[in-house]
Amino acid sequence: MKELEQIISAAREDFAAAASVADLEQAKSRFLGKSGSLTGLLKGLGKLAADERPQAGATINEGKARVESLLRARLDEILARELESRLAGEAIDVTLPGRGQRPGGLHPIARVQEQVERLFRTMGFSVADGPEIEDDEHNFTALRMFPDHPSRSMQDTFYIEGSDKVLRTQTSPVQIRYMKSHAPPIRIICPGRVYRKDHDATHSPMFHQVEGLWVEEGVSLADLKGTVTQFCRAFFERDDIGLRFRPSYFPFVEPGVEIDMEWSRKDGEVTYLEIAGAGVVHPDVLRNGGIDPEKYSGFAFGMGLDRLAMLKYGVDDLRLFFENDLKFLAQFR
Amino acid sequence: MKVSLQWLKELVPVKAPVGELAKTLTMGGLEVEEITPVAGEFSGIVVGYVKSVAPHPNADKLRVTEVDAGTGETLQIVCGAPNVAAGQKVACALVGARLPGLEISKAKLRGVESSGMLCSARELGLSEDHAGLLVLDDDAPIGRDVREVLGLDDVYFTVKLTPNRGDCLSMFGIARDLAAMVKVPLELPAAPVVAVSTEASRAVSISEPGACGEYFGRVIRGIDPSAKTPAWMARRLERAGLRVIRPLVDITNYVMIERGQPMHAFDNAKLQGAIGVRLMQPGERVRLLNEQEVEYRPGLLAITDGRGPIALGGVMGGADTMVGDATTEVFFEAAFFHPEAVQGKARDLGLTSDAAYRYERGVDFGATRAALERATELALSICGGSAGPVTVAMGDIPDRKTMRVRTTRVLELLGYPIADGEMADILRRLSCDVAVDTHAMRATPPTWRFDLEIEEDFVEEIARIHGYGHVPAEAPRSRLAMLSLREGERDRFDLRHSLAALGYQEVVNYSFVPPEWEADFAGNSSPVRLANPIASQMSVMRSSLIGGLVQSLRSNLNRGEERVRVFEIGRCFEGIQPDLAVQPERIAGLAFGLRWPEQWGEKGTLVDFFDAKGDLQALAAGRRLEFVPGSHPAFHPGRCALVRASGEALGAIGEMHPRLQQKYELPSPPVMFEVATGPLLQGDFPRFAGLSRMPVVRRDLALVVDDGVAAAALLEAVRGAVPAFVREVEVFDQYRGKGVEPGKKSLALRIVMQDTDRTLTDSEVEGVVASIREQLNEKFQAKPRT
Repeated sequence: MKELEQIISAAREDFAAAASVADLEQAKSRFLGKSGSLTGLLKGLGKLAADERPQAGATINEGKARVESLLRARLDEILARELESRLAGEAIDVTLPGRGQRPGGLHPIARVQEQVERLFRTMGFSVADGPEIEDDEHNFTALRMFPDHPSRSMQDTFYIEGSDKVLRTQTSPVQIRYMKSHAPPIRIICPGRVYRKDHDATHSPMFHQVEGLWVEEGVSLADLKGTVTQFCRAFFERDDIGLRFRPSYFPFVEPGVEIDMEWSRKDGEVTYLEIAGAGVVHPDVLRNGGIDPEKYSGFAFGMGLDRLAMLKYGVDDLRLFFENDLKFLAQFR
Repeated sequence: MKVSLQWLKELVPVKAPVGELAKTLTMGGLEVEEITPVAGEFSGIVVGYVKSVAPHPNADKLRVTEVDAGTGETLQIVCGAPNVAAGQKVACALVGARLPGLEISKAKLRGVESSGMLCSARELGLSEDHAGLLVLDDDAPIGRDVREVLGLDDVYFTVKLTPNRGDCLSMFGIARDLAAMVKVPLELPAAPVVAVSTEASRAVSISEPGACGEYFGRVIRGIDPSAKTPAWMARRLERAGLRVIRPLVDITNYVMIERGQPMHAFDNAKLQGAIGVRLMQPGERVRLLNEQEVEYRPGLLAITDGRGPIALGGVMGGADTMVGDATTEVFFEAAFFHPEAVQGKARDLGLTSDAAYRYERGVDFGATRAALERATELALSICGGSAGPVTVAMGDIPDRKTMRVRTTRVLELLGYPIADGEMADILRRLSCDVAVDTHAMRATPPTWRFDLEIEEDFVEEIARIHGYGHVPAEAPRSRLAMLSLREGERDRFDLRHSLAALGYQEVVNYSFVPPEWEADFAGNSSPVRLANPIASQMSVMRSSLIGGLVQSLRSNLNRGEERVRVFEIGRCFEGIQPDLAVQPERIAGLAFGLRWPEQWGEKGTLVDFFDAKGDLQALAAGRRLEFVPGSHPAFHPGRCALVRASGEALGAIGEMHPRLQQKYELPSPPVMFEVATGPLLQGDFPRFAGLSRMPVVRRDLALVVDDGVAAAALLEAVRGAVPAFVREVEVFDQYRGKGVEPGKKSLALRIVMQDTDRTLTDSEVEGVVASIREQLNEKFQAKPRT
């Protein structure tokens, strides 16, 4: 059937020429619609002889299937192209900045404090807290810093007007308060603000301390050394940290220890920097906390969080911590 | 305390290099802070004798000298020092000598040959004194190296002593400790008893035996008022940081530096009658050496003569009886005052005194007489004269208790064993009297130690001398116990991280603030005040964190920032209660400038109340906060809410009051909040409440009410009057403008309903909506929006 072949060939051309789904629909009706050419061929079957009809019918239907298949193929093509062009039109510049708030951050001293708390928690220490306006008893006397004694002048104190209260010069009063309300074993650290009347390039009238206290049966100077050594390694993230424990004096410990850390200066010279005061808790201090020093012993240590932050992050001026310059603070996010 | 190494090595013959010796002292508890050479690096400088001085032919300011420097020939040296004179012994740099930054060679100065240089003290690095030539003692041997003659191959250690070690405030003290550390025998000079050669004496007595333990006095007559302090003594005093004054004063200072015994030299001719030690009486006064006039105060100890107070015991001598240029007879005082009797006195009087500094910390009461003998010996040899008999008065001498030191206790506290014999040896090296018992020692401290009172004190001494370096770093052992960490609780770092994620940067401000901030931001006219603030702008304790945040904002605006979000967490101080309870910890935030950081696709809208409110609600993390219209000194009265949780006041939130915005020169108002941390930290773990699978029905309701009606009031009224299947009632929109008459606003309510076990019928749903309409109409005249 030459006519059928022509129709198929015409359909192929028309479908290929259709650029959109609508065009294709029109082309489809020209061949497969009610008055389409293929439909016309089928309608013409009736004019054929009865014995020719099955053969001719089969041939035409086969041709119709071919046209339908051509149509589907072209439809798929057109849909794919349309999607492609839609997607191309919807493309965005993914390199533009993301939207929303820009995160803030913690103060470097808080960052250090958080890390200190986390490290000591892994050793079973709890965090204790206490008042910053303190009474003489807890800040001094219970810690064996007696009135007029030279040991008091180690710390220049702020006094509250019209009262006998002081701004705590150390976080040690928290230890006394904690011992009074808890029985051994005691393992605490007390971080917080402390105040001394010093104001120059290397001293701030307000700074931050963290003190630790471990009271239990058989706690010794060797345990202090072990604990502080482990802490320093973990905190500074260096196993080769050089520490020096040397005799010193704080009224609330006996024996007393000053802990120095080896430090390579920028000029290459190795020096020692004081990082902590520590010692075995004085028996009177245990007694003042309601603990029997014959049964229990303990160690305590105190460090400056500001100093730790300076050493760890390489900050060379203490005053930067209190100027609250966002450009400085943003470096610790 | 400054310690000359040369002197120290005379007392403890050690050979170790300087650095090692400093380390030994530091590791023994006597921290060497600094090592300072007494002179600069130089060589080739010898003692020269100036034979003649002639004017320079071509220069007014130069002189031409002839110097014998022991080289066998007379050297011609041109010198510019104004004080050069024939007959002087001077420091002469020979040709080839090296000085800091200089090598001496033969030269012609304005046409005159010069074979060397005559040196000043500054050129030798001895002092900053550039006034002229360094003139040496007449007996300095010509040609001898100046380093040797002046003992310049010396350094001094600056030793930082802890307040418990008053015994180390002298050369003897440092030497004794060093000897114990390095196990080298001490070679301390003895103080021979001086033969009495005159009957002159002055009686002494003590009426305060609890304050003054003993008092030794001696008169020396026939003193040569023109005597000079010898160079060796002057050198040692200077290296100890003391000024050279006059021989009798220098002798007492020297004895103090050598032995730690403060002494005083009275001009005996200015004294009348017997010397006494008693408390100052009301109405009495005394003029001190430094010209300070001291009036009676309770507890001040006076040294008196027949007329009344002439000095303050243990603190300072008096001006009226001090030795001077014309003094020919002296009365030396060497006494022991108890630390408690002296402590705080000098500070109370606002003066510094080497004597009080030592007495406060404890002075050796076993060597008082020896110190007096030593001073006498020095006085006789330097100033001549004859010594009278020593007069003595005795009070109460401190007790030296014998303490039982258990060897098990040492092990327990140190955590590592030291041999029993070693322990006893250490204590003996420290001059303790030690008797060895079974499992214990009985130790008595020497008279100069005031810090060995309990067993633990001796344990420290053992560890200190044995060396802290020997203490092992033990991994501590303990019974494991789990910490009680509650799931629902948060810590302060959770709060910090929440606000940081919301774009806030943490700041740390001082807790002391200007009084003005307290008035402006907290309406507090009677803040907690410091008695001794550093400055007036740091004189009161803050009762609010807001002032600090505003300050942080302002300082960052000055640095060019345009958008600032900051927060702080810290204690506030509202009053001084006896139990110190009112020091609440708060967290406060401030948002200023654009709502969002400047970015593409966003209009530049300024932050407002509801941004901060949303941040605060996010910070609360599910804890229900109530916001009640209210007022606060820092906030705009119409844009401020008090914040509560479960009825408990928590703080406030608001936009800055326009008056303060103007005063603090802010281009737009910041929004701020400040709340107590406590309730934000508490919390419980969640419990499952069942899950309904029945259909959810939502109805929206748009109502018009008066502008003044609070959304919260509307919601509260609805929530209190609906059946249990109403799951949620919330405002989701507010509208003012076209279609709503002025003075009114339209609120859109969302009502969500769901029963636990059945489907709601239409009539139930519509019934709820109708009853809400009715109720709100009744209470708030709420009309449906048309």
